[in-house]
Amino acid sequence: MRILMGLIAGLVFGAGLVVSGMSDPAKVLNFLDIAGTWDPSLAFVMGGASITAFLGYRLVLRLPAPRLDRSFHLPRTRQIDRRLVLGAVLFGLGWGIGGFCPGPAWTALLLLAPGTLVFIPMMLLGLWLGPKLAARL
Amino acid sequence: MELDTITPFTPIASLIGGILIGLSAIIVMAVFGRIAGVSGITGTVLNAVGTPDRGKTDLGWRVAFIAGLIAAPLGYAATTGIGVSQTVPGSLIGMAVAGGIVGIGTSIGSGCTSGHGVCGLARLSLRSLVAVLIFMASAMLTVFVLRHVV
Repeated sequence: MRILMGLIAGLVFGAGLVVSGMSDPAKVLNFLDIAGTWDPSLAFVMGGASITAFLGYRLVLRLPAPRLDRSFHLPRTRQIDRRLVLGAVLFGLGWGIGGFCPGPAWTALLLLAPGTLVFIPMMLLGLWLGPKLAARL
Repeated sequence: MELDTITPFTPIASLIGGILIGLSAIIVMAVFGRIAGVSGITGTVLNAVGTPDRGKTDLGWRVAFIAGLIAAPLGYAATTGIGVSQTVPGSLIGMAVAGGIVGIGTSIGSGCTSGHGVCGLARLSLRSLVAVLIFMASAMLTVFVLRHVV
């Protein structure tokens, strides 16, 4: 059941990325290019997604527990620290170069573009190295 | 970086896609009680493999979630009959660098467009709002420099 629900959630998420156009780096880079070939579509993706989740969370978080776990696991950190700022700066830099954030990179995998096939292993390496680097910050 | 790849403005499709992403975030919260952050889900799987934590961390649904992301374009093409089109930047060195810093950045910053962007904003987290504003600004500045300055 957990596996099935995980798969369904991933499929719905991925379908959203494809339908919205966010799985296309050209569209993402044009969203980021306000001074050039600007395509504001992604504001509708972010807006639609966060407003939907905001409304859904309000209902879901009233439940005593999630369906398949004993309790909710919400992030407890509130601190705006060096790691958060540095991490966001770096992530933005990479996003601006490649046009991929982690979700769209996964949905692009089977389309087998050479750029994707280089991006994903490096992203995995970065995600693996990150916690080791963060421990020194 | 390819200049002038014009992409059409698609507010309706993008809004519908965004709502689907929001629904997925609701499913993950309602079922597992977790944030649907792709960098977090991927990083948790990666960093549990080969460590003593492996037995403690519930990897099954996370791996299935990633499999769903990967399979989604096939499902989309099969249902609609429309192939998924995309233009990926051609510079392999650029993409390698981009991938590496996206991985490191989302890992030390504890989230990406989905974790901080969609889920964090939905929880009205100030920390996530700060992260989103910073990575948006950083990404826009990067694109500006690469497309209009260099």
